[in-house]
Amino acid sequence: MASSSRLEILNDGGLRHDARRPYELRSMSFHLSPHPTADGSATVTQGLTTVSVSVFGPREPRQRSSSSHDRAVIAVEVGVAPWAGTGAQRRARGDKRLAEVGASIRQTFEPVVMTHLYPRSELFINVQVVSADGGILPTAINATTLALVDAGIAMLDYISSVSIGLHLTQPLLDLSAPEEMDLPVLVVASLPNSGKITLAQMETRLHVDRFEEMLVLGVEACKVLKTEMEEYVKERTGKVVQRMSLAVEGAKGLQAGFIDGGR
Amino acid sequence: MFSISTRAPLSSIPTSDAVPTSYHRAADERKYQMDIDEEYGEGSSGELGAAGKNIVGPGESITSSKDYMRGHGTYVEDEQVVSSVAGTIERVNKLISVKPLKSRYTPEVGDLVIGRIVEVGSSRWKVDANARQDAVLMLSSVNLPGGVQRRKVEQDALKMREFLAEGDLLVAEVQAFFGDGAMSLHTRSLKYGKLRNGLLQPLPPHLIRRLKSHFHHLPPPCGPTGVDVILGLNGWVWVSAGTKAAVEGDGQGQGVGGGAEGDGFGAEGVYSNVNDEITPESRTAISTIASLIRLFAKYHIPLSDSLLLEGYQWISKRRGGAESTMISDEDGERLIGDVLGVDVSVDA
Repeated sequence: MASSSRLEILNDGGLRHDARRPYELRSMSFHLSPHPTADGSATVTQGLTTVSVSVFGPREPRQRSSSSHDRAVIAVEVGVAPWAGTGAQRRARGDKRLAEVGASIRQTFEPVVMTHLYPRSELFINVQVVSADGGILPTAINATTLALVDAGIAMLDYISSVSIGLHLTQPLLDLSAPEEMDLPVLVVASLPNSGKITLAQMETRLHVDRFEEMLVLGVEACKVLKTEMEEYVKERTGKVVQRMSLAVEGAKGLQAGFIDGGR
Repeated sequence: MFSISTRAPLSSIPTSDAVPTSYHRAADERKYQMDIDEEYGEGSSGELGAAGKNIVGPGESITSSKDYMRGHGTYVEDEQVVSSVAGTIERVNKLISVKPLKSRYTPEVGDLVIGRIVEVGSSRWKVDANARQDAVLMLSSVNLPGGVQRRKVEQDALKMREFLAEGDLLVAEVQAFFGDGAMSLHTRSLKYGKLRNGLLQPLPPHLIRRLKSHFHHLPPPCGPTGVDVILGLNGWVWVSAGTKAAVEGDGQGQGVGGGAEGDGFGAEGVYSNVNDEITPESRTAISTIASLIRLFAKYHIPLSDSLLLEGYQWISKRRGGAESTMISDEDGERLIGDVLGVDVSVDA
């Protein structure tokens, strides 16, 4: 890997190190229900970052103490595959940074998931980072949204998330790992329909004059992401609905044929 | 499991590839976006029932809350009924609800469920039945050895773990609900009780429809004594070696306990923890049926006994002798194509 000090964030042509323009998102792919026994699951790939999320529940809380009588509690666990390529050191399950990512995801979804519909239960969200190349938290949030949709859990809206960096005065969207190391990063998660923000997280300092511009840009990018997710979800839902009704008709015909043939 | 490739003409080329190609939009697919939007309609608001499929996602407004009432899967914001899940719109007069594609099992009184004991409490068992909360099985709602009329005494409360211990599987019926929404089960019928001689196959609950009978007996060409299948409405399916009682009753759902011979109860067999002798042929048949169930679930096909029989016939014809009980992806696709006439080679 190139030493970070030598990395050229924007070249003379105005392109980033992976030949993207400043506002260009990485290529995305979604996959719903890869996990057959979870209530809902999704895998999202953004560039070279792949995150797989499984949702279990609403189910009986594993620890009685953590339950609430009027709403569901959300528990998030984050794991990183050893081969994910986050860096040299291996992360244990109890790692502080991972716990923080988990807490961010929980805080992002708590106000949006309609937990009051599922009293005395628990929503368990398992996040597995399969490969990491920057933007783990936004990709995990996007995957969690799709997994919750797959599980049929009521939410106010989709949540989409994106990272925004700042190079001199130029905001950059959807950072990759080398960029993330060199630039101040803002992670935004928002409800695209209303433009409300459920998460804005920053670990480095930034000039306050640039912040608003980045935030507005982030919300705009979230809308684009949501359009992609929605299109995928609808197309898939349509196909499955069709499949289920087709199969019923098929089975009816079959049943008739079976009885005629068998008796 | 089920993923969508592109809508481009490319998708007509069957991909026998085991690796599912997930949705990935390239720039040139933009032109196909148009008909998707038309088909599923952004503008389904107001014009209910007009848009062919009526599919909405979370956060999508359906109609005005002045004219319609909100049902399950929706909420009201800014005088609009807004969907909170991804699924199909269902309308009953002025009530709008959205049914999600899949969700946790929501119990109803009279449902047949399969559950697993998680806790033995004071004169009650806690049962995990794949619902939002654990179910409760009261000591007073089970039949104990000695007959239906037998009274429960204090000694029985102390011996509860001898009847059903943690980890035991049982088939039961939903009897009632408690105030907090938890369900109460009962096993006061010869059809219900502890399960043995088989394997559990969990499925997404929406693939099991409410039927006249949820006990099915697949007759002998399918294993030497046949195979019994119990379809729990909570999505759990029990596949076990066929019993004599079931054969005599012609699949009318007799004797889950396996020991129900003649006098029906009396036998300690009802709460036995020991499996009967199961022949290798029977085991093969059981796991083949389980593979078939998984296969149908993979392609979102609701289960029925005739479907399983047809599938079993297909697979035994193809195999001749018994080799593996697993079904390869290509075989699975062909089976679905032959049995149901649905081409599934395009979606994986």
